[in-house]
Amino acid sequence: MYLADMSSAIVVRDLRKSYDGVEALRGISFEVGEGEVFGLLGPNGAGKTTTVEILEGYRRRDAGEVSVLGQDPGEAPRALRERIGVVLQHSETPHLLTVREAHRLFAGYYAKPRDVDEVIDLVGLAEKRNARVKTLSGGQKRRLDLGIALVGDPDLVFLDEPTTGFDPAARRSAWEMIRSLRSLGKTILLTTHYIDEAQQLADRVAVIRAGRIVRLGTPAELIGDTRTTEIRFRQDGKPVSIETDDPTRVLHDLTTEALVANRELERLEVRRPTLEDVYLELVGSEDEREE
Amino acid sequence: MSVLLHQLAFEQRIFWRSREAAVFIFVFPLLLYTLLASIYSDEVDGVPSADVLLAGLFGYGAANTAFAGLAIILVVRREAGVLKRLRSTPLPPPTYIAAVLLSTLVVFAIQAIGLLGLGALAFGASSPANRLGFAGAVVLGVACFAGLGVGAASLIRSAEGVSAVVNVIVLPMAFLSGSFGPNQNLPSVLEALANVLPLTYFLDIVNGVYLDGDSLFADPKALGIVAAWGVAGLAIALRRFSWMPRER
Repeated sequence: MYLADMSSAIVVRDLRKSYDGVEALRGISFEVGEGEVFGLLGPNGAGKTTTVEILEGYRRRDAGEVSVLGQDPGEAPRALRERIGVVLQHSETPHLLTVREAHRLFAGYYAKPRDVDEVIDLVGLAEKRNARVKTLSGGQKRRLDLGIALVGDPDLVFLDEPTTGFDPAARRSAWEMIRSLRSLGKTILLTTHYIDEAQQLADRVAVIRAGRIVRLGTPAELIGDTRTTEIRFRQDGKPVSIETDDPTRVLHDLTTEALVANRELERLEVRRPTLEDVYLELVGSEDEREE
Repeated sequence: MSVLLHQLAFEQRIFWRSREAAVFIFVFPLLLYTLLASIYSDEVDGVPSADVLLAGLFGYGAANTAFAGLAIILVVRREAGVLKRLRSTPLPPPTYIAAVLLSTLVVFAIQAIGLLGLGALAFGASSPANRLGFAGAVVLGVACFAGLGVGAASLIRSAEGVSAVVNVIVLPMAFLSGSFGPNQNLPSVLEALANVLPLTYFLDIVNGVYLDGDSLFADPKALGIVAAWGVAGLAIALRRFSWMPRER
């Protein structure tokens, strides 16, 4: 679906960054196609935020090539900032402004902003249009952040952990909103440490660990990379688990044996690994801390 | 230019919506002037103390508005991630800082009118002898203290501490330099300190144009020292200012 002939919104080649001698990024490379939703998935401290902040123009890289919408974000060109929208993990909006005023404030920074009311409808804050920012709930404030990021009508949107701290219902509705961005043709770079979020939203996922990309592909490809199938059942009340690359034969042998012995394979399950299994295998269970 | 006015309009809207702060910021200098003018009801060096104190409070006001006001706003907004987000928009940083500064200046101008009115009506104070020179002096002082404010904001790490830090700087400086009344009989250590502070020299300039009707350029040494402080603040800002929150 995303082939080499597609023009790339983001190109990153061998990106490196150290803080006080500690390597946060150890040579990262990936491309994001126009209109693609690309997920950077990894534990806290893996280097997701550092990568995104270099692309957004906040941090300077030590080495490597970076192109965002054809420009170098390290030069922080204003023309580039006209075309990107950024949702940070933490950023407050003046509490005393209304939702509509906050959108108008940011719309005033762009040469060709979108219609403010349209954006408010898009992020689902129509009923809160004239409410003060300080009266909004946590989920509504996150929608406001997204609305403010969209008001300049960007071609590329950065979402840094957009649903961290959300309850399940708020997360579902945020996902809906992000899908609706895709249908507007926006390119989206998403960072997350939630596997299901990457699986639900991203066309392709880069799994990042300790400053390196350890796997890159569509969610289906990542799962497909692992050949192993797990066969589980209970024997004499005890759980048995067999991992195999040859499930047809193993299952045939098991069931034949059981039939001959006139025995039931209790709670028989044949299970393909989920993205979560693949992810945990890739990144391990420990969190590495950055900073 | 239109972006500057856009930002200025919103800064004003945000300021006036915070009623407690707005009222306090207005009432405080008037209250201070009333108290001081009641304490020093005589003359200072042959000039009515109502005039001397008014000139002194303008000096303090410029330092407070441009230095303390700007530093507090910038640090609080930086730590809340406001500056970081702005940095990803096309809004040019100098335009933003200019709008924040102009917004505090609008407030300062309204304060000044209040002070002049109160001084004239209640204490018989006179208006500036050299009005154009006075306006020029205020612009110079605000520029100097704004430079120092951005410099201080670059060095202060926490949003919780910024108010305390700038007040610990501004209030003693105002006393030492004579904003709140005569400072002739200072102990020698404090006098030495007063002799390097920018507010001391800024007040010399303000007193000259306000009380004596001097030219703004009558004291080149004072002008040079005030300008040097502003440039020093700006130099620190250029090296150390950050749009990113320091604490996380």
